Amino acid sequence: MSEKNVVLELKNVNKSFGPIDVLHDISLKVRAGEVLCLLGDNGAGKSTLIKIMAGVFVPTSGEIRMDDKPVQFKRPKDAADRGIATVHQFGGTFPLMSVGRSFFVGVEPTKGWGPFKVFDRKTANEIAVKAVQSFGITRIDDGDRLVGGLSGGERQSLAIARAVHFGARVLILDEPTAALGVKQASHVLRIVNEAKRRGLAVIFITHQVMHAMAVGDHFAVLIRGAVAADFKKGEKTREEITDLMAGGESMADLEASIESSLASHEGESTATV
Amino acid sequence: MSAKEFLLRRPEAASIISLFGIVAFYVIFGGVNLSNLFGAASWVNFAANLGIVAIPLGLLMISGELDISIGAMIPAGSMTVAILSGYYELPIVVGMLGAIGLGLVVGLVNGILTVRTSVPSLIITLGTLVAMQGVVLAGAKLLTGAASVPLTAPDWAKMLFGGLVGGSYQTVVLWWVAFAIVFGFVVHRTRYGNWLFAMGGDRVSARNAGIPVDRMTILLFMVSSVSAAFVGMCGAIQFNSAQVSGGMGYIFNAIVSLVVGGTLLTGGFGSVAGIFFGTLTFAIVSQGIYFTQIDRNWSSLIIGVTLLVAVAMNGWFRNLAMSYAPRKKA
Amino acid sequence: MSNISSSPRFSLGSLVRRPESGSLVGLVVVYTFFAVLGGAVFVGAPGWSSWLNIAAEVGIIALPVGLLMIAGELDISVGSVIPASSMMAAVVSGFFGLPVPIGIMSGLAVGLLVGFINGVLVTRTSIPSLIVTIGTMFGVMGLTLGLAVAIAGSTSVFLVPDPFTKLVLGTFVAGMFNVSIFWWGAFALVVFFLLHISPVGNWIFALGGDRQSARNAGIPTGFLTVALYMLSGLAAAFVGIIQLMTYQSAQVAAGQSFIFNSIMCVVIGGVLLTGGSGSVIGIVIGTATFAVVNQGIFFSGLDPNIGSVIIGALLLAAVLSNDGFRALALKYARGKGSAS
Repeated sequence: MSEKNVVLELKNVNKSFGPIDVLHDISLKVRAGEVLCLLGDNGAGKSTLIKIMAGVFVPTSGEIRMDDKPVQFKRPKDAADRGIATVHQFGGTFPLMSVGRSFFVGVEPTKGWGPFKVFDRKTANEIAVKAVQSFGITRIDDGDRLVGGLSGGERQSLAIARAVHFGARVLILDEPTAALGVKQASHVLRIVNEAKRRGLAVIFITHQVMHAMAVGDHFAVLIRGAVAADFKKGEKTREEITDLMAGGESMADLEASIESSLASHEGESTATV
Repeated sequence: MSAKEFLLRRPEAASIISLFGIVAFYVIFGGVNLSNLFGAASWVNFAANLGIVAIPLGLLMISGELDISIGAMIPAGSMTVAILSGYYELPIVVGMLGAIGLGLVVGLVNGILTVRTSVPSLIITLGTLVAMQGVVLAGAKLLTGAASVPLTAPDWAKMLFGGLVGGSYQTVVLWWVAFAIVFGFVVHRTRYGNWLFAMGGDRVSARNAGIPVDRMTILLFMVSSVSAAFVGMCGAIQFNSAQVSGGMGYIFNAIVSLVVGGTLLTGGFGSVAGIFFGTLTFAIVSQGIYFTQIDRNWSSLIIGVTLLVAVAMNGWFRNLAMSYAPRKKA
Repeated sequence: MSNISSSPRFSLGSLVRRPESGSLVGLVVVYTFFAVLGGAVFVGAPGWSSWLNIAAEVGIIALPVGLLMIAGELDISVGSVIPASSMMAAVVSGFFGLPVPIGIMSGLAVGLLVGFINGVLVTRTSIPSLIVTIGTMFGVMGLTLGLAVAIAGSTSVFLVPDPFTKLVLGTFVAGMFNVSIFWWGAFALVVFFLLHISPVGNWIFALGGDRQSARNAGIPTGFLTVALYMLSGLAAAFVGIIQLMTYQSAQVAAGQSFIFNSIMCVVIGGVLLTGGSGSVIGIVIGTATFAVVNQGIFFSGLDPNIGSVIIGALLLAAVLSNDGFRALALKYARGKGSAS
C-alpha cells in the first residue's frame, strides 16, 4: 500500500473536561482512499475523539492538521466546510421527510427567481436517487418515499451517499453497523468500500472487530483515552485485536481466572444481584 | 402519485375525510339542509378568525414548538387598536401599527426565551399568556376605566379589515384564504419550508446542516403573535369595540384544528392544506350544530370524539405511509 | 480514575441541588413583598385564610397533576371533571333526592371513570397525552352540559347538604378557613408518602425519565399510568364535590381556570415539564406561591389585574431559575471527579 496523501492528522491531542482527562496524547493520520478503523470498548473515548474531529469540541492541547496545514474548528460548521462529514448511528436523516427532501436539507435546489424561488422537487429526487443507487442500493427508486420507511441499512447508505455527494473528503462513521443485522451490515460495509474507492478518507468507529477487519486498512485501538496500538492491516490477528480491546489481558488468561474462581467457590450459593 | 399514495402521504388526507364525515353525520343524524349550511356565513367567519391564528401556530408545531399566548394576544390586539384609535382618537393607522407592533414584541420575547433557555415553549408561552392577560386588563382599566372600549374606524379601514363581502361574510375570510395560499406556498414550495420540517424532525441535525434554527424559531413566534393580534384588530374594527375577554377559547380550538388537520404534535410533519381543512372541520362541528336538530349543548362532546377519531386516523395513515413502498420492478 | 468522596458532609451544593430550594426562595420573596404592601391584615388571619383557601383547592389538583408531569404526561381534562362531578352529585342528590353520600360517590366515580379512559387511551394508542386529555376535556364538557340540560333543564343545579356532610366537606372553620385546607394537607401527606417513601415513587420517576427502560426494568408502566390518571380524576372530582358542598350549587362552567393554574403551581414548584424530576414539597410550595400572589394582590391596593402580570413573570422567573439551579448542580457534580 503506497503512502497516500494524509488528509487529516491529529498531533498530540489532549482533551479534558474540567478536572477529568478524557483523551491523552492522541496522534493519528488519516489518508485519502483509506479506511482507518477506530476500535475501543465503550468509554474509551471514541465519541469524544470524533467530536473533536467534527468540530463539536476544541482540543485542550495539541494540533489538528488538514493537508499538512494546521486548522482550528471553532464549531461543527467549520469542520463541515472543510469536507469533514459525520454520519451518526441514529439521526440526521429525518424519518418524516421524503428521500429527496432529506437529502438536500439546508441546501435545497431551487428553480425560479426572486422571492418566488420554488423547491425543485423533481431535481432533488432525481439526484438523491441517483446518488444512492450509484452506491449499489437499487431498492430506493422513488425520491418521494418517506425516509422512515427505509431499513436501517438503507438509511445509513442514504446518509453516506449524501455526505459523499456534497464533497466530503473525510467521512466519519460512528458505529454504523452496531444496530444492523448481518445482511444490512454487509450492505453498509460495501458502501464504505465504495467511498474508499472514490478517494475519501474514512474513519470507521466500531467495537465489532469482524466488521473492522472487513474494511479496514489501518487500525487504532483506544483504551482509556490513549492510543494503545496503531497498526496496518495484516499486522495483527483477530484474536490479538480482541485481546487489545479488552484491555491487554489475553482472553485465554481471563477465561482461566474465571474458571478457577468458580471451581474454588463450588458449593456456595451464587447470590445474584 | 397514485390515489393510494396520495391518501397515505399527504397529511391532509385524514382531515378531508373528517370533514366529509362530520357533514355526513350532521345530515344523517341532524337533519341538516345542506343548502342552508353552505349558504350560511356564520361558520365560515368563525373558521376564518380561527384559521388565521391556527396557520402560524401550526407552523410552530411543525417546527417543534407551542404557543399558547395567542389566547391573550387576540384581545391584546383588539384592545390596542381600540384604545389608541378609539379612546385616544389617534389615526387608525397608528392603532393598527400599535397592535401589530405589540404582537412583534411579545413574539420576540417568546422566541428569545425559547431559544436561549432550555425551558419548553409551552411553559414560556403560558407565562406570557398570563402576563399579557394582566397587562390587557390592567391597561384597559387604568387607561380607559372600562373593560370594553368603543372604536369607530374610517370607511377604508372598515372595508379592508372589518367589512362584509358577498352578504354576511367578513373580510377576514379573504385574509384567511390569502394567508393559507401564501403560507402554503412558503411551506411546501420553498426551501424555507423544508427547513421548518427539518427543525421539527431533528433540531440538532438541522442546525448542523446549516439551518439558522434559532432565528427561524424567533421569527415563527413573532408571526404567531402578530397573527393573533391581527385577528383581534380586525374584530375590533368589525364590531366597533374591543373586549378584554374572548381569546382563551382559541387556544384549544386551534390545537384541535391543527391536530385534526394532520399536524403532528411532536413536530416534523403536517401541511397547510391540512390545517385549513382541520379548521373548517372544527368550525362545522362547532357552529354547524346550530343548523341541525341536535341540541347544541352536545357540540363539545362531538368535538372531543371527532378529535380522537381524527388523530387516530392520522396516526394510522402516517404509519401506513412509512411502511408503504411501491412494489414495482426491482 | 474517580474520587468517590465517602464522607457525608453537609454541602451547600447539595442543598442548592434540591428542586424545591428555588421555589422556597420564590415563596419567601413573594410573601415578603405582599406582607410589606398588605400590612397587618395580610399577615393576619384574613390574609392567611384567603390564600390558603385558594391554595387548597388548586393544590389538591396540582398534586396528581404534578405526579403525572413527573411521569411525563399532562392532564387537561381536570378542567371539565370538576364541574362534571359536582353536577353529577347535585343531580343525584339535589335533583333526584337520593342520599348525599350516594351523590358524593357518583361524583367521585365520574372522576375515576374519566381518569380511567384517559389512562387507557394514553397507554393503548400513540396519541400524546396533551391531545387525549384535550379530547376528553371537550367530551366531558359536552356531556356535562348536555346531560344537565336534558335531565335537570338547567345549567346550574342546587343542593342543600346535611349538617354532617356540610361540616366535613363544605364548612369554613372559624368562619374563614375552608375545610378543604385540611383535606389538602392530608392529601399532600399521602402523595408525599407515595412519591418519596414508597417504591412506587421511584417507578413514577423512572416512567418520566425513560418509559422504555422503565418497562424493561419490570415496572408495570401501563397500569401505573392508568392509576395516576385515575388519581388525577379523583382529585378533580373531589374538588368539585367540595365546591358543591361549600357553595351549595353546581355550575357547568366552573373549572377551566384550574387547568393552567395547576400547571403553573407545579412548574413554579420545580417539576420539569419533560418529566423525571420534581418533589411534593416543591409542588406544595409552588401552590402556596401561586395562591399568595393570587390573593395577596387584593390586600395590596394594587390593581388586581397586575396580579396576573406578576404570576406570569413569576412563572418565567421560577422556571428560568430552576433551569439555572439545575445547570449549576450538574456542573458542581461534574467537578467532584465523577466521570461521564
